[in-house]
Amino acid sequence: MQEAKILSAKFAIKNSNKLTVAKKNGAYQTLDKLFSSKQGEVIEVVKNSGLRGRGGAGFPTGMKWSFLPKGLDKPVYLAVNADESEPGTFKDRYILALDPHLLIEGIIIACYAINSHDAYIYIRGEYTTQRIVLQEAIDEAYKAGLLGKKVGKQNYRIDITIHRGGGAYICGEETALLESIEGKKGQPRSKPPFPAVEGLYACPTIINNVQSIASLPWIIQNGAMAYKRYGIESATGTHLFGISGHVEKPGVYELPFGLPLLDVINEMAGGVWKGRKLKGVIPGGSSCPILTPEEAATATLDYASMAEHKTMFGSGGIVVLDETVSMPELTLNLIQFYHHESCGQCTPCREGLGWMEKILKKILGGDAETKDLNLVRELCDNIEGKTVCVLAAACTMPVRALLDKYRDEFEALLKPEPASATTEAPAEQE
Amino acid sequence: MSDRSKLIATGKPFKFDKKYDTEFERLVKRYPSRESMILPALWLVQEQEGWVCEEAIGYVADRIGTFASKVYEVATFYTMMNLHPVGKYHICVCRTLSCWLRGKQEIVNYFRDELNLTPGKTTEDKKFSLEEVECLGHCGSAPVLQINGEFYENMDVDKVKKLLATFK
Repeated sequence: MQEAKILSAKFAIKNSNKLTVAKKNGAYQTLDKLFSSKQGEVIEVVKNSGLRGRGGAGFPTGMKWSFLPKGLDKPVYLAVNADESEPGTFKDRYILALDPHLLIEGIIIACYAINSHDAYIYIRGEYTTQRIVLQEAIDEAYKAGLLGKKVGKQNYRIDITIHRGGGAYICGEETALLESIEGKKGQPRSKPPFPAVEGLYACPTIINNVQSIASLPWIIQNGAMAYKRYGIESATGTHLFGISGHVEKPGVYELPFGLPLLDVINEMAGGVWKGRKLKGVIPGGSSCPILTPEEAATATLDYASMAEHKTMFGSGGIVVLDETVSMPELTLNLIQFYHHESCGQCTPCREGLGWMEKILKKILGGDAETKDLNLVRELCDNIEGKTVCVLAAACTMPVRALLDKYRDEFEALLKPEPASATTEAPAEQE
Repeated sequence: MSDRSKLIATGKPFKFDKKYDTEFERLVKRYPSRESMILPALWLVQEQEGWVCEEAIGYVADRIGTFASKVYEVATFYTMMNLHPVGKYHICVCRTLSCWLRGKQEIVNYFRDELNLTPGKTTEDKKFSLEEVECLGHCGSAPVLQINGEFYENMDVDKVKKLLATFK
């Protein structure tokens, strides 16, 4: 198995974040072609490439762009989602730090295609060193005339501004991200209206993930058909897979879609560490329901296969668990994350996740009974689908899978059932 | 979770230094609405002082031309805003998923046992403060620490010991 280096082509090159080095290695070569094309043509190429959003939801990028209303007398904004915060996800950071010019070139392409002149990159506050590298790259691009008032032969204006987050996972949700740029708490908006119609500052807005945007230069340069040669029909191209947890060689690997999950874990990441047995795989970031070793053996790395296995492709952040992991403790670790990150807007999420955390602690403390375990399961069903955004579901979906697939581990922690006083022994028949 | 509703007053007026004043003026031109500057301005406050005091909330509101309540709302929502002074070295240990799987608890225990430092606290000499934070996005090099913005990857107790010895 070999990596397919489309996005990561420059990662190993020294000083690839510097404009001269990036240019020597192919950066910004698409701009002539781009500004010779009509905007609609660019959208068509992206549509035909089959590119799907790389943030987690997998929505087709070209189709998202085509939702922008035509002929409005309002500015269009591009918001680049660099708020990568889902546990197990660490791929966009590589692009930001190792090839920021690939992202900038992608932003130029996206801005031109959607007729936008202002892009905001929303970067999570914790990405300090990455933000500095990115800002330096932006400054270099301005000086070289690749950004600013007159870009390319059409003298197209493009301005990019970095907006720093403040440590809130919820701001990766697209409408919370917009609220945050507007200077508010990151609390998701009710949809509709969708951001393409009414987004940032009530203007039409497209929100794309860093990796989606960074995929654009290769697609424009080589064409939609060339991109489709990677991956499978329902999931074209390559993805930056982040493999972490109990493997010998954790890291980011760029691979085409559709490869067998376990082969990737074994051949790219060196398999389960310390010669231990596999206990489970979280396939695409912490919100994706866990796969047992048996399920993982038949799963491939694409949207359809993960859906067939009742989980999600997510962000491609694969977390491997060895045989020593306590599933109840893992469940508590996840619930604590989501409870902490709940924005507090919707009661089922704000309060419900807190109750799930309390009951899990009771289970781990050895004070719980079967009814408590059933109550956690019931809470999952009652919280899900009753909130403005999917943060609560991102907690209940994996928790439900953990409870159902590893139930014996939770049951082993329960207090023995008290002998019921009301149950009478069946009358003996003479 | 610690109480993030209380602000601490220093009793002294707050003002941006020249460096941060210039940065504020550069950034404010990038947005069509001045209120977008609330979070960026709070970041500038924190870079200058290390934390956000009550006086800074009013100052930021005045600079932007908005209500102090709006600035307060943002400052208390975003957990990276320090609402109290932190140590000279502010240590954030990632507590989530992959860092948990690869031994973050041993590192947290080390701080507790050796430095008498638990999450949310600062050492008496004000040199170190500790915080357990959610996923830092470095899962492939877990466990990870972030100290004053710098990342320290693939950590273990031995590496932490050596690292702390370099902090004067």
